[in-house]
Amino acid sequence: MGQQHLQPNVNISLNDKPVRKSRWLSFMKKLTKNKAAIAGATVVFTIMILAILAPLIAPYDPTHIDMSKKFQGPSSEHWLGTDDKGRDILSRLLFGSRISLTVGILSTLLGAIVGVVLGIVAGYYGKWIDSVIMRICDVLLAFPGLLLALAIVSILGPSTTNTIIAIAIFAVPTFARIVRGSTLSVKKLEYVDAIRAMGSRDTRIIFKHILPNITSPIIVQATLYIASAIITASALSFLGLGTQPPDPEWGTMLSNGRSYIAQAPHITLFPGLVILLVVVGFNLFGDGLRDALDPKSKK
Amino acid sequence: MSKQPLLEVKNLKQYFPIKGGILGRTVNHVKAVDDISFEVYEGETVSIVGESGCGKSTTGRAILRLDEPTSGEVNFDGGNLLSLSKSKMREKRKDLQIIFQDPYASLNPRQTVSQIIDEVLKIQKIGTSSKERRERIISLLETVGIGSHQVDRYPHEFSGGQRQRIGIARALSVNPKLIICDEAVSALDVSIQAQVLNLLKELQRKFQLTYLFISHDLGVVRHISDRIIVMYLGKIVEISDTQSLFENPQHPYTRALLSAIPSMNFEEEKRERIILKGDVPSPIDPPKGCRFHSRCPYKMERCATEEPVLNSVSNGQKVACHLTEKGAVDYTKILVNN
Repeated sequence: MGQQHLQPNVNISLNDKPVRKSRWLSFMKKLTKNKAAIAGATVVFTIMILAILAPLIAPYDPTHIDMSKKFQGPSSEHWLGTDDKGRDILSRLLFGSRISLTVGILSTLLGAIVGVVLGIVAGYYGKWIDSVIMRICDVLLAFPGLLLALAIVSILGPSTTNTIIAIAIFAVPTFARIVRGSTLSVKKLEYVDAIRAMGSRDTRIIFKHILPNITSPIIVQATLYIASAIITASALSFLGLGTQPPDPEWGTMLSNGRSYIAQAPHITLFPGLVILLVVVGFNLFGDGLRDALDPKSKK
Repeated sequence: MSKQPLLEVKNLKQYFPIKGGILGRTVNHVKAVDDISFEVYEGETVSIVGESGCGKSTTGRAILRLDEPTSGEVNFDGGNLLSLSKSKMREKRKDLQIIFQDPYASLNPRQTVSQIIDEVLKIQKIGTSSKERRERIISLLETVGIGSHQVDRYPHEFSGGQRQRIGIARALSVNPKLIICDEAVSALDVSIQAQVLNLLKELQRKFQLTYLFISHDLGVVRHISDRIIVMYLGKIVEISDTQSLFENPQHPYTRALLSAIPSMNFEEEKRERIILKGDVPSPIDPPKGCRFHSRCPYKMERCATEEPVLNSVSNGQKVACHLTEKGAVDYTKILVNN
């Protein structure tokens, strides 16, 4: 890949392994120069930490119903107010972030693994295998994402696990396409021919020589995909097909507050804001990663 | 040369299909290599020369089965490589190695030099312990002129010439009998070229190697080869020992090729410069008869219909041309037809 060609030939002989370090350093330098990426990363990691610490920092039990305190606006007691059943919105948001992030990350991971395998197989072996895999991907991509997820969830039944499966299935063709393209370009490089001429098996070529050289686009795509997975998951929950109440999920909270939007707008406002924040965060971070990992971008 | 050839290529064809239409049917073929035969004997260096697109690299790749040839035989060391199963071929690969043109693309940028060679040793199960392999890697690299303090560096820390040396060490690591050098020095600058060529020669003596040297650079080829194969548009037009080829080229194409070598000799003013008309025709639809007839200054009527075969014009020199059917020709006495 072009990255190595562009780098000047530095011969630092004192250090044993300077390269990995310098590549990492230049990547970090590019990433930290990008203010939007830093903002995105801050949001993403803050939410992640909050999600992990939720049981410790949440002021109330997220499912505890207290009808005497329903529809309360933000106050020092309930920072973000309470919902129609008197549950603390801040606590629900904190616990909800666990579900949303889990769904986002797990479904992306699952979809990426399957997609990468299919993409590499299609790109490496070509011929009819390639045609079959890519046509199936075309069919999946022809559906709008949410529609496909809806169809899958309605077949499997509404639950958090099935939401993950549905979103993962939709992630597969996206990853397969990207990976197939990168595989095709890496496969043509001479070092792949070289290792083949040495008598290497296909599996070794794929895992040791092709996969490590196509990780950048996969990482970028995964980061960006988490954002859309979170949106899709929320949308499914909003429609009542995702995470089931009383579990706190951002989409469920939105849907729940919808009926009272005129009287108590804070019930819908805060989950909506959080979804927006997380999605924008992942997108900015993903864009920054892409720029930093792209060998063609300036230092 | 009465002994058994180490490598015998027989009627090798490499056609690449051109797919077209919605259904991806094969509409035509690129006839990159079209029915060529030659032998390489143990210990010699045979070069394949020709302009780009004439099929010389394709020939090398087909011999190694990096691309599966369309038809033909590649007899190596007594057996036909093309009939071997995939796993048998993997084992056999340690006897045939290749050095690539681009030293920047032929080494995985994510592996250190020692990892690159270690992997090859592991694949071919050479050396039992990692310590033994490590020693072998260091001695291999020292053989090609890379110091032991450099073995844990990444390819991008080396210059083009050094990288090519690493490529050579990798090829040597499995003790091959035949090494195919696919434009192995073309990407290097001239002073480095000479160093690498001399290294190749030295290694040949040391390890009794046989080279199939693919190049477009006649200067390089003259320096290193025992015999030379000239290819034009997927066909062999002339096979000759180096001296005869440079002193008395017999095929009109070889003559044109040789006349294009720049000369440093200013006194030699009379040297004729043969400039060929037009471009190389497409290998999808090559000219009928002799493939060179569309550009040949000595074209005869039959050249357009009848394909010339390789026939011996003198000891060790074979030419595929109608002019030389009855033996070597003195070109100073032939008039150019048009």
